[in-house]
Amino acid sequence: MEMLMASAIGVLTAAGIYLVLRLRSFPVILGLSLLTYAVNLFLFASGRLAVNQPPILRDGVHGYTDPLPQALVLTAIVISFGMSAVVVMLALGAYLSARDDGIDMDGDDDLAADGTERGQ
Amino acid sequence: MDNLLPVIAALPFLGALLPGLMIRAGRGTCATYTALSSGLAFVLLLVCAPAVMRGEVLQFRLDWLPALGLNVNFMLDGLGLLFAGLIIGIGLLIILYARYYLSPDDPMGQFYTYLLLFQGAMVGIVLSDNILLLLVFWELTSLSSFLLIGYWTHLPEGRQGARMALTVTGLGGLAMIAGMLILGNIAGSYDISVILTQGEAIRASEMYLPALILILVGAFTKSAQFPFHFWLPHAMAAPTPVSAYLHSATMVKAGLFLMARLWPVLSGTPEWFYIVATTGLVTMIVGAVIALFKDDLKALLAYSTVSHLGLITMLLGFGTKMAVVAAVFHIINHATFKAALFMTAGIVDHETGSRDIKRLGGLRHLMPVTFAIATLAALSMAGIPLLNGFLSKEMMLEEAAHTVWMGSHNAVPVLATLGTVFSVAYSLRYIAHVFLGPVRNDYPSHPHDPNVGMWAAPALLVVAVVAIGVAPFLAEPLVRTTARAVIGSDLPYFHLKIWHGVTPALLMSGAAVIGGALLLALHRPLMRGWLAAPRPEAKVMFDAVARAATRASTTLTDGLHNAAMTRYAAVFILTVVAAGLWAWGGTGAGPAERAMLPVPPLPAVGWLVLIVATACLIAFHRNRLLALILLGGIGLSVSMAFVYLSAPDLALTQISVEVVTIILLLLALNFLPKTTPVESTGARRLRDATLSVIGGLAVAGLTYTMLMRDFAFDSISGFHLANSYTGGGGNNVVNVILVDFRGFDTFGEITVLGIAALVIFALTDAVLRGSGGRWLVRWGPARNEAGDRHPLMMVVATRVMMPIALLVGAYILLRGHNEPGGGFIAGLVVAIALLMQYMASGFAWAEARQRAPYHAMIAAGVLIASLTGAGAWLAGRPFLTSDFGYITLPPLEKFEWATAMAFDVGVFLTVVGAVMLALQSLSSMARRRGETVNIYPMDINPARNGPAATDPIDGKEH
Repeated sequence: MEMLMASAIGVLTAAGIYLVLRLRSFPVILGLSLLTYAVNLFLFASGRLAVNQPPILRDGVHGYTDPLPQALVLTAIVISFGMSAVVVMLALGAYLSARDDGIDMDGDDDLAADGTERGQ
Repeated sequence: MDNLLPVIAALPFLGALLPGLMIRAGRGTCATYTALSSGLAFVLLLVCAPAVMRGEVLQFRLDWLPALGLNVNFMLDGLGLLFAGLIIGIGLLIILYARYYLSPDDPMGQFYTYLLLFQGAMVGIVLSDNILLLLVFWELTSLSSFLLIGYWTHLPEGRQGARMALTVTGLGGLAMIAGMLILGNIAGSYDISVILTQGEAIRASEMYLPALILILVGAFTKSAQFPFHFWLPHAMAAPTPVSAYLHSATMVKAGLFLMARLWPVLSGTPEWFYIVATTGLVTMIVGAVIALFKDDLKALLAYSTVSHLGLITMLLGFGTKMAVVAAVFHIINHATFKAALFMTAGIVDHETGSRDIKRLGGLRHLMPVTFAIATLAALSMAGIPLLNGFLSKEMMLEEAAHTVWMGSHNAVPVLATLGTVFSVAYSLRYIAHVFLGPVRNDYPSHPHDPNVGMWAAPALLVVAVVAIGVAPFLAEPLVRTTARAVIGSDLPYFHLKIWHGVTPALLMSGAAVIGGALLLALHRPLMRGWLAAPRPEAKVMFDAVARAATRASTTLTDGLHNAAMTRYAAVFILTVVAAGLWAWGGTGAGPAERAMLPVPPLPAVGWLVLIVATACLIAFHRNRLLALILLGGIGLSVSMAFVYLSAPDLALTQISVEVVTIILLLLALNFLPKTTPVESTGARRLRDATLSVIGGLAVAGLTYTMLMRDFAFDSISGFHLANSYTGGGGNNVVNVILVDFRGFDTFGEITVLGIAALVIFALTDAVLRGSGGRWLVRWGPARNEAGDRHPLMMVVATRVMMPIALLVGAYILLRGHNEPGGGFIAGLVVAIALLMQYMASGFAWAEARQRAPYHAMIAAGVLIASLTGAGAWLAGRPFLTSDFGYITLPPLEKFEWATAMAFDVGVFLTVVGAVMLALQSLSSMARRRGETVNIYPMDINPARNGPAATDPIDGKEH
């Protein structure tokens, strides 16, 4: 089971990295989502894996899995929704304003060139 | 009385709030209220003065950050009293003077606010008994003086001068921070009163020299010592009240104050003598020489200030007790005559319209009062008997006459006399070339004496100049108290008096007056020579350095930040992997400590689904809709993993977030291109694939290693399991952690979630107002939409499901404390139920029926959570302490109440509000495209007559 978990996290990470390195905003967002899955699973797994031991207290039951990573991951899942929503909105705003969903800006950085002028 | 110290330090800051408000009541009122706060501080200082004059040291202590050694400790001894008196006293005169100096066009409220901020910072410096606190105030003076120098924002000289002053004094301040930290480390405390007792240990320490140099860099930059003197003349672009206040009487003396404050600790070594005395001597001569050849009145005074600051620095550098007495006395005298001189220069500028000496002359008949004040002050600066400048200059020459420099008995006396010669010359020039000579008829305006409000302040100062000059014993108690505070031990025997007999100092002084008069007589030819001679221009050099630094940093940042996001990401990934490998290197992890869990068939299938879906996502990611569906599949597999691995709460959360995320992405995809074009080359794809395989392997390896080993340290989870029921009143440990043990974290997270939603809302608004919105309008409604956009079946089904879904949401919320569920999950479930309505009948239709705005829902959620937390205060317990109990309502079973439930309701409301606000923002884009808005819940309704296609109204409005 540990092997499956580790390989799944590895595959999700690899796919996430590959998509994050793409040139358009949409694949990057997909890549970030995959990385989120990977990170959440990793954090969750840091409590070690346990089957049929949910951290719900019951009389007579003594084995429980580690509840702490679960609590952390739960909020992480919700926050990552917020993050995805903001990133989606940024991508959308950039596309609508510039009619281009590329994420690399090419050409000279005009702001930096201005900086020298203003620095005087 | 000790408790008055923080009040004195705080009064100017509190007073700084007044002018901005009072300026509406008029300029006079504004100045009055400004003076009131300063005046009150002055009165309080006077209340403290008798005790200090008796030799007591007032102290006030308040712990601020004791772990860092940073405490609000104030101390008032003789030195602090003198400086605080000068700062607040001259400040009062400046407030009066500025009232008449500033023109009606100048924003006076702003000016007085800056002035009081500066005053507060200065008072803070001189009252601090903690060097870290002193540093805070030190930086505040740099900042507030920046505002004051650049007060006339329309003048480029003002802006440049302000920037230069901030750069030089700010950099010096940074050096000083380092020096002070070293000093505090040697002494074992950051309290000045403690440091002052550690002199021997500090001077013996091997870190003495670095600390000394760093602190001196701070002091020298602030006090405009050579070679950092160049910023002061450029700061003269400030309004004259500022120059008179900051750049003669107070701020530039902060460096002197610091040297005097630390004098018992740092002085007495050859390093101190050669660095400080030599710098002071050089500054004194350089300043005096340049001052003689400046035609701008304020530039002349600025360089003369540089010269006199050098003189005082030199005296402190001598390291003898008598030299300290002379330095203290000259600080008083210089403050009086130089502030008066600056104010007269301001009057001349104000009345004649020019400060150029070449255009002035003959003003004594036109401005007799100003002439009298300026002459007395300038003669004092020249060191003419019966004025206070004479007394301290004599003492300085006396000390210089006994000083041996590098084995030479003559170097210091001769050079000091030379400096004095130039000092006499420029002082006399200020009188002769401005006021004497024939009356001219080409002044830029018609000069006459200003009204009394403007000359009262310099006149008062000149009264002090003459009084001390004629009756030196008046100043003696103050000088004694201050000098004793600086020296820290017994004073040498001395009396301030005019006649000491024919001493070497008197002869040197006489020679200086004659030499100065000669120099002035020869001024014209000398000036020609000066102008012809090559000399370094500090501003040009400063600008060149600033430009070079800007260019270097631009080159650096442009090289690193070339706006290629993918490159940053690649560099980042490589760095993380490399850092991980480096951390890994060496020891390794040791053998596996845990047995692997068996793999039943069902999880294996789930794993396979996840791997295949991910692989397909990579393979088909250019088809964006397909990619989204695959992403949903992956999310589902992850939820299943949570179910299998004993995390029911996570599974519920993941699956509901999944739904919401996919809807969000689908909405976004509506506007984005539906496919991703092939752009990157094969080589590039190979590079990216390599990077991702490396990253994936690294993470997989890390995870596997971690999973096969036990915790390296004891886990704190046992505590949570043991106390969840007894302490938090809940069986669902995850939920109890969220709303109770780690409630403060959750509180932060819902706040972040709310902020994210508001950011999305604001971003949408900005996009729609900008070119993006205009483009959407031109784009027009989508053409290839489904004919039946609001299908009958879906509308009916969602209506039926709505109450059930809400009930499920309420159930999940309520049971969350004991069973899987809670505010987060319930919020998501309810949000999905609402979303279904929006999807079935369209956003516009649903929104018209939505009464509570989502912003308010977010606010209410965060507010409920924080009120629940604050409720604990009523019980006298810390924020977010929870409580619970059990009640029985007759027809029902016993059930539990817990304050954490209210907190969870806050979480629930925030989640619903945030999710809905985000989606609502996205949908508002669709409506900007001119999408049809339906007035009926569904397009085809058998209850209405006929199908929509033949309906005259068409079921829609356009």
